[in-house]
Amino acid sequence: MAKLNAAAAAKIEEICARYTDEKTPLMMILSDIQNEYGYIPLEVQELVSQKTGISVAEIYGVVTFYSFFSLEPKGKYVIGCCLGTACYVKGAQNVIDKFSELLKIKPGETSEDGLFTLDALRCIGACGIAPAVSINGKVYPKVEVGQVAGIIDSYRKEAAV
Amino acid sequence: MAMINIKIEGISYQVEEGLTILEAAKKCGYEIPSLCAFNHGECNQGSCRVCLVEATGARGLVASCVYPVAEGMEIKISSPAATAARRQSVELLLSNHNMNCQQCDKNGKCELLHVAYVTGAREGAFQGVHSETHLDTVAPGLVRDTSKCILCGRCIERCKNAHGLGILGFENRGFNTFVSPAENRSFADSPCIQCGQCVNVCPTGALMEHSEIDKIDAAFAAGKTVIAQAAPAVRAALGEEFGYPIGTPVTGKMAAAMRRLGFTRVYDVNFGADLTIMEEGTELLGRLTNGGTLPMITSCSPGWINYAEYNYGDLLPHLSSCKSPHQMQGAIIKSYWAEQNGIDPKDIFVVSVMPCTAKKFEKEREQEKVNGIPDVDAVITTRELARMIKRSGILFERLPDEDWDQDIMGDYTGAGVIFGVTGGVMEAALRTVYFKLTGKESEPIEFTAVRGHDAGIREASIDINGTTVNVAIASGMKSAKVLLDEIREGKSKYQFIEIMGCPGGCINGGGQPYVRPCFLPNESDDILDTYKEKRAQALYTEDEKQTLRQSHNNPQIIELYEKFLGEPNSHKAHELLHTSYAAREGFNDIK
Repeated sequence: MAKLNAAAAAKIEEICARYTDEKTPLMMILSDIQNEYGYIPLEVQELVSQKTGISVAEIYGVVTFYSFFSLEPKGKYVIGCCLGTACYVKGAQNVIDKFSELLKIKPGETSEDGLFTLDALRCIGACGIAPAVSINGKVYPKVEVGQVAGIIDSYRKEAAV
Repeated sequence: MAMINIKIEGISYQVEEGLTILEAAKKCGYEIPSLCAFNHGECNQGSCRVCLVEATGARGLVASCVYPVAEGMEIKISSPAATAARRQSVELLLSNHNMNCQQCDKNGKCELLHVAYVTGAREGAFQGVHSETHLDTVAPGLVRDTSKCILCGRCIERCKNAHGLGILGFENRGFNTFVSPAENRSFADSPCIQCGQCVNVCPTGALMEHSEIDKIDAAFAAGKTVIAQAAPAVRAALGEEFGYPIGTPVTGKMAAAMRRLGFTRVYDVNFGADLTIMEEGTELLGRLTNGGTLPMITSCSPGWINYAEYNYGDLLPHLSSCKSPHQMQGAIIKSYWAEQNGIDPKDIFVVSVMPCTAKKFEKEREQEKVNGIPDVDAVITTRELARMIKRSGILFERLPDEDWDQDIMGDYTGAGVIFGVTGGVMEAALRTVYFKLTGKESEPIEFTAVRGHDAGIREASIDINGTTVNVAIASGMKSAKVLLDEIREGKSKYQFIEIMGCPGGCINGGGQPYVRPCFLPNESDDILDTYKEKRAQALYTEDEKQTLRQSHNNPQIIELYEKFLGEPNSHKAHELLHTSYAAREGFNDIK
């Protein structure tokens, strides 16, 4: 618990206090924390456990059950590779594999420098331009494996400025 | 309770309203094959789908463990649809199960194999990939192997019910779901107290004690002097492994069996229990008269010690500094006994037979060593002892009743015997404290107000020579928490508190034989409600049979103090028989 700074601890406690009248407050508390910080690490779950009396294992179970919740901070650039049916048959697996290879992270992970998070998405509704990749809201159409290095580089340059 | 009319296989019955179909059928004489349901409602998530039956008024087949009976309901257990569905449910479980059954320590006690047999399920009916396996063999007390887990949730519920802890939970979702402490940590890196209650309810080999039989074999092979000692609660349950009714004490046969396993000496930890009372009773009297930290809390249960260190670091001065009985006895074996027999303590290997998995952890503690030598080298559970007896071909029921070895630490009193049940340490201590304060034995000897066999809190006020001693007893951490929070808030009215990790005390320890109705056809339907009481009674009966019933009257204890220790709480006693505690972080390596 010592690892959590005082300001964050106070904020988490305030979030927990919002739902003391709720019978099942956990989802609401976790949603608020996810929105506030972008992730819910174990030390935060421990504090939520103390405040709600719900066991850490149960909270951890909820956090890992819903893909909306994250245990790790996300990178500056979140690369979402669509693996929906259309993208998949158009070679999306090769695209995401290339991102994985170049960034040295698996889908769901964040690069060590904190720049990139790689996510595998199900259909994002852009089947006409499959395979599609979405990075912080910007959509790249008909991505080919050969373009991946260039896309990564452009964000590295942007971050370096 | 209102009665309602139902039919099972076309035959009319009257059953209580509100029962599940599974419970109602049991009362009518039908054991519907089931798996995840346990102990009428302690766990019934309806998750395994093994107990499917046909019931009128329901759409499709229903899980009988969660579906309530209703007036006029007609139930079919043996219809073709129901039997096929139950078989298929088990086959689906088997399709994602690690089938190395012959290497599994649950062999012969596995409820999954049992339902596979009764439903006629076949391995390989459904082929496919298996979920990823997570194996935790790091903790000294417990092993978790998710390849054998059927996700029934019994362990999760037991941990919550017994301790209010919830160390285990479901992690991830769908096919990737597994049961584990948060973050898929080892039990060793989470605030798990390693009590083993989860092991006691696991239907398969997913949760087991961390076996140490190999260590004992290695010690024999290395030519060590291997000495075994068995805890009080073991005698009340070991017989169950050999078909005796629950509650049959088997002390004499246990001593005989252990002797035939080749141990140089076989001792009863009751001697260590008597020694504990001498030390702990003296410590209590000291605290009462010298203004020491009160209430004093017993320290025999390593599960409880783990809980205290994780959750109540501020209250550790309340804990008695006494080691637990088997640790004390181990320390005496490696000092006094070694000296008397001219054997180097380094060549002695002490094996404790315990009803407990947390003792496996306890013996590893740095604070449980004297000059770097551990008091105890291996801890095996009651179940492991049974395996050792079986593998050696010893026909337990044909053994004569024999005594424990009588040299140096053969004597024990009834006070030592009752350590194995909740309230027992308290009663044993009161018998001796009463004598120390009044100069005479209590009349009657028993302090029945502190007795019980279940979780929950008991309290009593004992008048000793005009002095009132307020005592309380709790077993299971859910109950203990209430007493501990009172102390923290400065509201505790007690001088002496006994806390045991497992609900009911050691008789219900995490290393005791499994109580599974499906394997106990001769026990009554309510055996899951009554086994603790039956095992407790076995110990109280043995206490009554003893001529010596107070620890301070144990002649070999008196001799031990005269010849070796000096007096209780002496410098030497502190060196050998006392320990220390330290607060610990539950999730200690959080980044």
